[in-house]
Amino acid sequence: MPDQLLEVRDLTVEYDTGAHPVVAVDHVDLDVQAGEFVGVVGESGCGKSTLLFAIAHLLSSPAEITGGSVKFFGQDLVTMSEKKLASMRWRDFSVVMQSAMNALNPVKSIGAQFQDTIMAHDEVVDDNRPAEVLRLVGIDPIHLKSYPHQLSGGMRQRAMIAMALLFTPDLIIMDEPTSALDVVAQRSLMVQIKELQRKLGFAVIFVTHDMSLVSHFSDKLVVMYAGQVVEFGATRAVFDHPAHPYSEGLLDAFPSIRGPKVPLTGIPGSPPNLADPPPGCRFQPRCPKAFEDCPKIEPELYQVGAVQSRCLLHAPSIAPAREVS
Amino acid sequence: MTSLDVEAGVTESAAAPVIEARELTRHFKVGRGFSRQMLHAVDDVNLSIGRQEIVALAGESGSGKSTIARLLAGVYKPTGGEIFYQGRAMSTFKSRKDQLSYRGDVPMVFQDPFSSLNPAFRVSHGVLRSLKLHRPEFSRPQREEEAARVIEAVGLTPAGDIMHRYPYELSGGQRQRIGFAQALAHKPKLILADEPVSMLDVSIRIGLLNLMADLRSSEGVSFLYITHDIASARYVADRLMIMYAGHIVESGPTEAVLANPKHPYTDLLLGAVPDPRAPLAEGIAGDTGEPPKVIDPTPGCRFRWRCPLAIDRCHVETPLPRRLGENHEAACHVAEPDPGFAA
Repeated sequence: MPDQLLEVRDLTVEYDTGAHPVVAVDHVDLDVQAGEFVGVVGESGCGKSTLLFAIAHLLSSPAEITGGSVKFFGQDLVTMSEKKLASMRWRDFSVVMQSAMNALNPVKSIGAQFQDTIMAHDEVVDDNRPAEVLRLVGIDPIHLKSYPHQLSGGMRQRAMIAMALLFTPDLIIMDEPTSALDVVAQRSLMVQIKELQRKLGFAVIFVTHDMSLVSHFSDKLVVMYAGQVVEFGATRAVFDHPAHPYSEGLLDAFPSIRGPKVPLTGIPGSPPNLADPPPGCRFQPRCPKAFEDCPKIEPELYQVGAVQSRCLLHAPSIAPAREVS
Repeated sequence: MTSLDVEAGVTESAAAPVIEARELTRHFKVGRGFSRQMLHAVDDVNLSIGRQEIVALAGESGSGKSTIARLLAGVYKPTGGEIFYQGRAMSTFKSRKDQLSYRGDVPMVFQDPFSSLNPAFRVSHGVLRSLKLHRPEFSRPQREEEAARVIEAVGLTPAGDIMHRYPYELSGGQRQRIGFAQALAHKPKLILADEPVSMLDVSIRIGLLNLMADLRSSEGVSFLYITHDIASARYVADRLMIMYAGHIVESGPTEAVLANPKHPYTDLLLGAVPDPRAPLAEGIAGDTGEPPKVIDPTPGCRFRWRCPLAIDRCHVETPLPRRLGENHEAACHVAEPDPGFAA
């Protein structure tokens, strides 16, 4: 049994917008074992970034954690003091943001920014550590003297990852680190993250809207829709037999470069307004498989073979009756 | 005699491409004084786009794709070479009337739908303004009507409601559709779409690609579709051009290029596309290079440092495009022609 690194239970995040608070993350459970790669996928506005920020306890007003717990090595991050959190960030877990262009300080050299991070912690760090982590991600240590604008997009993103590795944390949380990159740079960054993970043994939570990107890299996959987990399981199992109609739609949304050319439709419509979610299943207005019970009953996560799916088609009390009729 | 002449003229213009570029070159000055250098963004590019054709231009960031779009849009002046629009050289478009009508015929759609619409105006503003500028024959109610028509043509219904919204009230995909509506308002012949879907969610991209294919048949426009994602290029484009460090390294019918890539760079691009249906190819993934900044180049293939097949000749002689198959060209010393195809 591998070590339990992170245990998220019933995590709920609300944005206080006056009359209708928006529940952006709705009772989410998530387990991460040491050394595991967990992919979180969903469309813009499904709450995947909010979930990450909640896990790292980085939310600011009007967002607020209104329920649940985030246990990291058994300690609850939700109730932890800010001082304790500050000492844990970077050392035990670090966050790589979406756009390295904005996440790095443009008027400080890369090396100076590494020093800032080191000085914020009491840890004793070898003077060569910044050069060492840069070499790990495949950047010449000469770039410690460079400013962010002198690096290409791919290199900036690599430098961010190098910074996240300074103290060799147990968990790295990545929020779409590849979305500003082109396909080639994206691919080589993914391969590099995976290699580093094998070498150093940290766990990764990787958020993306591009399901195909994590297909070869993640161990487990969480599909989110409208603030809820709609499917959860081993990556291969989800890709081979998507149980939820939404995961199926996501999988069919992008063209392939191999095989016959088929017309695609994508998923019609857009994600619901979370201030006023549709009744019953939140995906039913866009679902090609919706039936009469969908707007009436709110589905739970049901076990379907190796995966869990939030779809009434898989509800033990409803599905058999449907198959007969 | 005269009738014959007219007929000959008609057939010629039907076969003639909408736009054609010959030896298109654009250099930028970088640095000052003693460190002044020339950045070769686009070098000796030949391309043509036919009527109702969708041509994809693919390559990595920094390969010069957007520079080509800006040259074709008339934003940059070429350093060398010439662009021919419907047979007329663009350098002869001197009068405001000529330039205006060219800009109306060849509009651009930008990459980022979040910054390309003015947040202070309703989304109909851009459409109405370009109608006023490019189609002065319309009266105000006619403009409103035409604006509603183009907004509906890009799949935003009901147009009457959408028109009066502000950009923040629309999703990214809807905003990008407004971008296409603005371009359509001019009755264009060719739309230059510079990475129109790369900022959007994967699940929304396909809708916009379908929209491009629909507009081609319903409005009779051609597209230059610039992208770094070959899979989406395959989905919509008739022809594919692969660009690397300012050169077009391979071009041909999309299926031919993808089924039988000639240039090693095309192989690399193909290997980078994530495809959950395919097994993981670890070999290609090892590449961590980036396209070079082409500053004061010396002769030789610009891909040679990343190329697994490079031979001595690649270091001394720049490869020129060679015909290696039916309408299929590649600029590579090593590439073999199709079996049975005589160059």
